[in-house]
Amino acid sequence: MSSLSRDDVAKLASLARIEMTEEELVNLASQFGSILDAVARVQELDLAGVKATSHPQPIENIFREDQVQPSLTPEQALSGAPAQEDQRFRVPQILGEAE
Amino acid sequence: MIKKTAAQMSAALTSGETTSVALTQSHLDRINEVDPKVKAFLHVDGENALAQAAKVDAERAAGKKLHPLAGIPLALKDVLAQEGVPTTAGSKILQGWKPPYDSTVVSKLKQAGVVILGKTNMDEFAMGSSTENSGYGPTFNPWDLSRTPGGSSGGSAAAVSAFEAPIAVGSDTGGSIRQPAALTGIVGVRPTYGAVSRYGLIAYSSSLDQAGPFGRTVLDTALLHEVMAGHDPKDATSINAAVPNVVAAARSADVKGKKIGVIKQLQGSGYQAGVLARFNESLETLASLGAEIVEVDCPSFEFALAAYYLIAPSECSSNLARFDAMRYGLRTGDVDGASAETVMNATREAGFGREVKRRIILGTYALSSGYYDAYYGSAQKIRTLIIEDYKKAFTQADVLVSPTSPITAFKIGEKSEDPIAMYLADVATIPVNLAGICGMSLPAGLADEDGLPVGFQIMAPAMQDQRLYEVGGALEAALVSKWGGHLIDQVPALGGAK
Repeated sequence: MSSLSRDDVAKLASLARIEMTEEELVNLASQFGSILDAVARVQELDLAGVKATSHPQPIENIFREDQVQPSLTPEQALSGAPAQEDQRFRVPQILGEAE
Repeated sequence: MIKKTAAQMSAALTSGETTSVALTQSHLDRINEVDPKVKAFLHVDGENALAQAAKVDAERAAGKKLHPLAGIPLALKDVLAQEGVPTTAGSKILQGWKPPYDSTVVSKLKQAGVVILGKTNMDEFAMGSSTENSGYGPTFNPWDLSRTPGGSSGGSAAAVSAFEAPIAVGSDTGGSIRQPAALTGIVGVRPTYGAVSRYGLIAYSSSLDQAGPFGRTVLDTALLHEVMAGHDPKDATSINAAVPNVVAAARSADVKGKKIGVIKQLQGSGYQAGVLARFNESLETLASLGAEIVEVDCPSFEFALAAYYLIAPSECSSNLARFDAMRYGLRTGDVDGASAETVMNATREAGFGREVKRRIILGTYALSSGYYDAYYGSAQKIRTLIIEDYKKAFTQADVLVSPTSPITAFKIGEKSEDPIAMYLADVATIPVNLAGICGMSLPAGLADEDGLPVGFQIMAPAMQDQRLYEVGGALEAALVSKWGGHLIDQVPALGGAK
């Protein structure tokens, strides 16, 4: 049986930038064992020598000429912004006191 | 007129029997009448729809050559960006967002003159198999309003089966077009990965996501498929090749001499008796039409579900990092002195629903150092084995088949507290996504035990989408003649009474 503690889930939530409530952490920890058991079936087969597939079709880099093309206007690009100032996105403090 | 197929509506528009404005208005009236019960739509865009219809009518009157779907109303899954129209992907984190651009699918629909009626409900960010994970409440199955229409494209499937739209667009990452099509008694196709542009399709799992068509008939589905598909330089994974001639294939509907491979692993225990009965009858029907039925072995499919629930959450944990409260969408907790990180954490907590958080956490775990090889790495290798199983099977058969869903439509709430039970709904549809090939679900009849629709799944190799339509068209024609009409004709009326 796999399991994950409440603290493990809290660590993952912090990595994923989600501030979960205590109730969510405890619930998720209690469900995680059975979910991990289900997905851990991928370890049942001997996969030595099997290549990994990250994508269903061969991908190549695709290039184009570096030419100016029509794009969104600043007004369009900012149309969904939660806050803006002087044609820029206004965001909360990134550097400074908050660690 | 709303009960007719899109092809029949198209003929009526051409002959002048009706106009697109009248047709669009009938569908808006139908939405008004039944959608309070079905809840297929998140946003109905009546004004723009009627304006587009009037434009097409004017072009027709002026003698302009029009696409067969010009003036035909359509329901659009809310996962596709449409300029100026609210687009949420079923999530509270995008409530009120209006994209400043059109997705390529929407551009193509507009170019063909299709009338977009509005945006349909879905599991949040397409994560789910019942549409119960929507941030805006569930959609109800027109066959039985106490049941789910499947998911994640449940709103689009319900709209088509409730005659709110003749055709609809969905997206399919693990079965999200085919499973709801099966559960609502209509046709749904997941095209080959890369056949339809993902530009403007809000990403869940980029190596698996693919938009595709719904219709009440194989031909209607083909007509929409042809409009949506095609190379797009804006999507680096878009296939640069001619679109398979799916419309001609749907019309030819020929299976004589074709080999149909039944996948041994996708039947038996876990599959409802009525689902298997209708599946086996459909096989007999295909055999009677001159197809040869063979059995094929795909041993790795047993591990497909486990691989999918590592790969998709891993990709989603990365894709959904873009919802950071900075450039668009929800922002909460932005009080004086709050840091960007605090705001981000609070916004993602408030904006994401339970299943989305569950998958982000699972993906974060599967990709974390120390576990990467054991989980994500192993899942990617299983993916290779599944591709090899398909390759081998397609040397023995032209198409492969299975039931689309192991069960018929389940009750609202029946599986919502048990993630593993919900994940099993996708057991037969997921292998197609992992291999990047194409698949169709079409109605195979009603299960004896509950009277609910059963879906028959057809799978074909990458860029051989026309084979789905040849075989699907032939099976549909035979079943419709046996039933004396389309299965969807048996759906409850919904209008009037309670």
